[in-house]
This record gives sequence, C-alpha cells and structure tokens, in this order.
Amino acid sequence: MSGTTSKSRTAAPLSEGGAAPRRVGGSGSPGPVRSERRSRLYRWDLKWSPYAFVAPFFVFFLAFGLFPLIYTGWASLHQVELTAPNDMEWIGLRNFSRLMEDEFFWNALRNTLTIGVLSTVPQLLIALGIAHLLNYRLRGSMFFRVAILTPYATSVAAATLVFVMLFGRDIGMVNWVLGQVGFGPVDWENGEWTSQLAVSTIVVWRWTGYNALIYLAAMQAIPNDLYESAALDGATRWQQFVHVTIPSLRPTILFTCVVSTIGATQLFGEPLLFNRGAGATGGANHQFQTLGLYLYEQGWVNLHLGRASAIAWTMFLILLLIGAVNWLVGRRLRKSS
Amino acid sequence: MRTSVFTRGTTAPPPRRAFRRAVVIAAVAALGAGLLAGCAEDSEDASSSPSSGGGKGKTTITVGVFGAFGLKEAGLYDAYMKLHPEINIEQTSIERNENYYPQLLTHLASGSGLADIQAIEVNNIAEIAQTQSSKLVDLGKTAGVKKENFLEWKWSQGTDKSGKTVALGTDIGPQGICYRKDLFEKAGLPTDREEVGALWAGDWQKFLAAGEKYKAKAPKGTSFVDSASGLMNAVQGGSAARYYDEDGKVIYKTNPAVKDAWDVAAEAADLGLTAKLQQFQPSWDQAIVNGTFATISCPPWMIGYIKDKGAEKTEGKWDVAAAPKSSNWGGSFLTVPEAGKNKEEAAKLVAWLTAPEQQATFFAKRGSFPSAQAAFSLPEVADAKDPYVNDAPIGKIFSDAAKNIPVTVVGPKDLIIAQNLADVGMLQVDQKGVSSEDGWNAAVKAIDNALEK
Repeated sequence: MSGTTSKSRTAAPLSEGGAAPRRVGGSGSPGPVRSERRSRLYRWDLKWSPYAFVAPFFVFFLAFGLFPLIYTGWASLHQVELTAPNDMEWIGLRNFSRLMEDEFFWNALRNTLTIGVLSTVPQLLIALGIAHLLNYRLRGSMFFRVAILTPYATSVAAATLVFVMLFGRDIGMVNWVLGQVGFGPVDWENGEWTSQLAVSTIVVWRWTGYNALIYLAAMQAIPNDLYESAALDGATRWQQFVHVTIPSLRPTILFTCVVSTIGATQLFGEPLLFNRGAGATGGANHQFQTLGLYLYEQGWVNLHLGRASAIAWTMFLILLLIGAVNWLVGRRLRKSS
Repeated sequence: MRTSVFTRGTTAPPPRRAFRRAVVIAAVAALGAGLLAGCAEDSEDASSSPSSGGGKGKTTITVGVFGAFGLKEAGLYDAYMKLHPEINIEQTSIERNENYYPQLLTHLASGSGLADIQAIEVNNIAEIAQTQSSKLVDLGKTAGVKKENFLEWKWSQGTDKSGKTVALGTDIGPQGICYRKDLFEKAGLPTDREEVGALWAGDWQKFLAAGEKYKAKAPKGTSFVDSASGLMNAVQGGSAARYYDEDGKVIYKTNPAVKDAWDVAAEAADLGLTAKLQQFQPSWDQAIVNGTFATISCPPWMIGYIKDKGAEKTEGKWDVAAAPKSSNWGGSFLTVPEAGKNKEEAAKLVAWLTAPEQQATFFAKRGSFPSAQAAFSLPEVADAKDPYVNDAPIGKIFSDAAKNIPVTVVGPKDLIIAQNLADVGMLQVDQKGVSSEDGWNAAVKAIDNALEK
C-alpha cells in the first residue's frame, strides 16, 4: 500500500469513478505539514477501518463461536459432570474411543443419516418443482412466494406439535385418512421407518419453501434468451427445465445440498418434540434418536458434560468431512463445465 | 470546483467525510462494546436485580419454579405480601423440569443467575442434597421451621449426610386410584368408592383381576388402565427402597420391589388391560378428554391435571378409591441458594410457605397434598371434598394413604432410572409388544449407558 502512495502522488490527473480506493495527497490543502498529517491519518484510516468494520462480527465469533468450540474440545478430553462442571478429570481420548463402541451413538448416527436422506432428497426435489412453477408468469405470484415461505417462519415447536397430532395413533388425521382408504391404523411413533418418515415430513414441510425461494432467485437470473432459443429449437417446457434450468442452477443446487445436509446433521427440535413426554430418548427403542438428541440426552439429561462434548466434536468433524466432500464435488463440477 | 470530482470517487475525502466516518466507526465500536457489556452484565443482572427491583424500597424475592407449581396460583405470595408490605415476590417458571433442572445446576455451579428461592422436584432431591448442599442455605436453622411438622421421610430427603437441611418439602403425592364411575358401571363392576377400594385392597394382583373382569364386559374402545408405565410407577412408589439402597448403591437390577412392579405392569400389558399410552403425551391428554381408559393412579395433583385437560366434559364421572397399597408419586421442595441476594428474607419466606397452615391452603386451592403432617388435621385438609370427583373426601383418602407410605430411600439418579424403565423398557413392552425380558434388558442397557460417567 505504502508503495502505491508515492506513485500516486505523481500519478496522472484523476479520472472519475475509479473502483479501487487510491489516494492522492496534497491537492487543495493549505500547508504541507497539515496535509502530511492528514495523509497519515488517512492512510491509517484506509488501512484499519475495514478491520474496525468487521471487528464486531469477529469479537462475537470469538466470544460465542470459537471459545465455546475450543472449550467443548477441552471438556471432551475430561470426565466432567454438570453437577460439578468445574471439577474436571483428565481422561484423554477416552470419551471418543468410548463412542466407537457405544451402540447408542451408532444408532443415532444411523438415524441421522436415514432421516437426513428421507428429508433432504424429497425436500430439494419438491423445492425445485415449486420454484419452476413459480417461475412462470402467474397471477398473484407474490402471494404464492410468501405462502411457501410461511412454514419456514413457523416455530419448530408449534409445527411439530401439530404434526404430532396429525400422526397420532388413536386419534390422528393421517390414520383417519388411511382408514378411509382401507388401511389399518399405523403406529407412527413406534415403528422404525414410520417414525423416521413422520419426523422427515416435518422437516420437509418446514424447509421446502425456503429452498424453493433460493432456487427461484437463481432461476430468475438465468437469461431469458436461453429459453427463447431453446423454444425456437422446439424444446418443450420439460426439456427446457432439464437442459437449461438445471445446468444453470448447478451451483445453487450444490449450495442447498450443503446447507440441507448441515441442517440434517444437526436435526434436533423435530425429533425432540415428536416424543414430548420422554425427553430425549427418541422413542421407546431410540428409533428416531438423532445425534443432536443423543448429545442432548448425554449432556442435559444424564448430565455427562464430557461425553456430550465428545459427541459435539464428533458431529463437528463429520460436518468438516461433509464440507470437504462438497468442496471436491464442487471442484469436479467446475472442471467438467 | 475540483472537490466535486473528489467527492465522486477515489481520493482523500474532505474533512467532513473523514469526521463522519470516524463517527460511524465509533458508533459501531460503541455498539459492539455495549452489546458485549450487555451480555456480560446479564448473568450478574439476574442475581442482583432481585434486591434492586421492585422500587419504593421494597425487597424483591424471586422464586424459580418449574411447570404450574401452584404457590402463586394458590394466592400464597399475595397473602405473604399482605402480611409483609416491604416484601415483593416475583416468580419465574420454566415449563418442564427437564429444562429447569440442568439450568439450575449450571447456575449453582457459576453462582449466578439464581433466584432467591429455587424449587426442586423429588426425583432430583437426592442429587441436590448430596452434590449441591454446600451451595444452599441450611433451612433447618431458620426461625419457625419445625422438624416435627414434616413427615419424617420428607424431611430426611432434603437433608444431607452432615445433617444440614437444604430443602423443605412443599407437597407429596400419596396415591389413590381414580376411576370412571360410568365405565365401571357399564362393565358390571361396583361403583361405590368403598367397594371399589375393597375390590383390590392390599394386593396389586387383585387390581389386575379387577381389570380382567372389566375387560370381559368393557365398553367398546376403552381400556382398564391408561399405561403400563404409570402402573409400574404406582407399584414402585410403595416400596421403601427402589433404585438405591441406604448406602447409596444402585440396586434396581436386583431389588425385588422393582422387579415386582415391573412384572405387574408387564402382566397388565400382556393381558391387554392397558390403553398403550405414554403419560404426558398429547395422545394421553386426548384419551383423558375422550375417556378411553377407566382407571389411573392418582396422586392429588393428578386430579388437578385431569380437571385441566378433561374440564367440564368429565365432571362427576370420576371418583377416587384407595389404591391397593399406599405409595407416593411426586412432590417438591424449596431451597435457598447461598449465592442469592436476599438469603435471610428468602429463608423466612420458605419457612412460611412450608408451614402447615400454608400447605393446607395449598392443598385446598391446588390439590397439592401437604408434606407437613401437622397439616393433615387442619380442617382444609381433613374435611376436604372435591365436587369434581363426586364429592369424594379426598382429604381423608389421601391422608390415610400418606400415613402408610414407607420412608423412601432416594438416590441421585432416580429420575434417569425411572425414566428409562418407563419410557424405554416398559414402553416397548406396552406399545410394541416386546417380551417382558427383552424390554427389561433394553431398559437396563439404556440405564447402564446413562449412569456410566
């Protein structure tokens, strides 16, 4: 930066509207001393004010992001109970090695995976379809856009409690409808798959609109001539969707995949509230206990902070892994296009 | 002027702009600092506000409770404030004890964010008395607190090993059996509460036998009892030792009392006497409203719960009979944390709230049964009748039950053991039709995992 200063002092007269902030000193100032000081001040300003602007975020990040992260890592290497959180006993990686043989952990990991797939895949497909429909010129499009976003604005607790009613075994609307078409009542909560399906439904319901809006925004950035020329070539709406829209949306789709995967990994509120009476067990057979729930159960029900911290860090590592995979896929995609 | 060119774009801003920018930076910095300070202050605030709040030189005592605890609803705070105009009482409530209790533990550990008085649920009392007693005020030494007023076992539950009484009991949960008179009649069972009580007096097996009789002629779509887990808890509550022995050793696996309760409940599930519900779940609430089960084990607070859910729809249809054996379900305590700002005033308030007269009022207004045996003979308790349950003499029924409850040994992880036995093991037996043995093994596995540090 300082190198440019001397250059720009002798630089050509200013042309208006340059993009990069470049400084020119001295012009129009009364005395050389003052101008020197001001320029120093200005240099200082130029150099440090961006940091000042971003500082609040990083201060918060340090306080509420990084510190807890590191502290959790520290706690995960100890045996520590919530009844005496300051009383830590060093046990090295014992908490982690124990997870490897903890069948409840593996069960939770498996459930997280299946619920993640059951919710993410339909969610993104439906979102893509809805976005495509909304992308047409249609009356009251604003209304529909707001409408699809309302589930996202609903609180998890409220939504889940309604779904618990819908999926009730004895008096539930889903079973009532099934009964009308001749199927016996399904015990949604107790079945392995049925309970996971029910939880996934809540997730799909809540997040589809959100993803649809993201897709819609990306779709509207696709130049219209592409569609026009495709139409001239005789492509149908479906062909246009497959050959124009989807390829153009690739980066967006990748983004929503990542965000949804992270969301699925951290899934917590829906399964917790789906079985409101039993705390964090995730059903009688732990059939819909996700990693988030298991973490909560270890930390806040069983009061084992060290073990819970180990689960938290394992989840963090899993997310890093997902991030790495995503980065590789993204690079492949960029190369191939 | 050339400045017009400067202002457009890329060069040194004129002094005014620099000044403006400096202001913006300062503002951002101040905002950030302010927010941080706000956060930092927050925790302190919670403990200091009690003394400063209220205004007009009043002392504000804060009370932290879970659920609809009832002290406030019973008008006891108002009554105290009338007696002591210089005192102002504020209550904060967290809906569920599962959320309330861990938060209380973290607050006790950090010594901040505590209310002057904190309520404790009976399943947590042993853990509190054993691990947190150094952080709590000795209420046994507070003026006006009399040990002989309280049921002996209730007093000892709130006392640590060194004899420091850190928690005073508010209520207990002596159980009766609430039964649907109309359903019993349709099923050809007696409906008079004395006869119903005699039907199963002294033995839970007789209760199952009555269930089979009920099932034979049961009105369509109804079951004898709400849930196997509820039944198991009711049976368990009648034994002195449950999950821990007196030395604090975990004995639930081998304790015959626990096994007996398990077997009774598993048999009920096996015989098809249960409605296969899980207590405190929405579907259970719905079943209360729709009257799809005929009996439920019933501490006094359960009558309040049924009232809240079933409301006028089932008024007069329920009645209360004595349980096969006396047992206890639930009850709470009050503590005063050392880190509180108004320890002395708070202890005085706790002493007053748990005195027999107030416990009697608490029962009359909210159905929370006194843990002070001195209150049993007070007219509010002794003569209590509840029109909702057919004018049953609930004071007498529950007093009789309370007198026969054995001194229960509580342990630090009672809650976790009870929860896993009920919501993992017995729930599998009841709802999924798993065999009694597999259900038991599943529960033991979950409990072992939970107890391991």
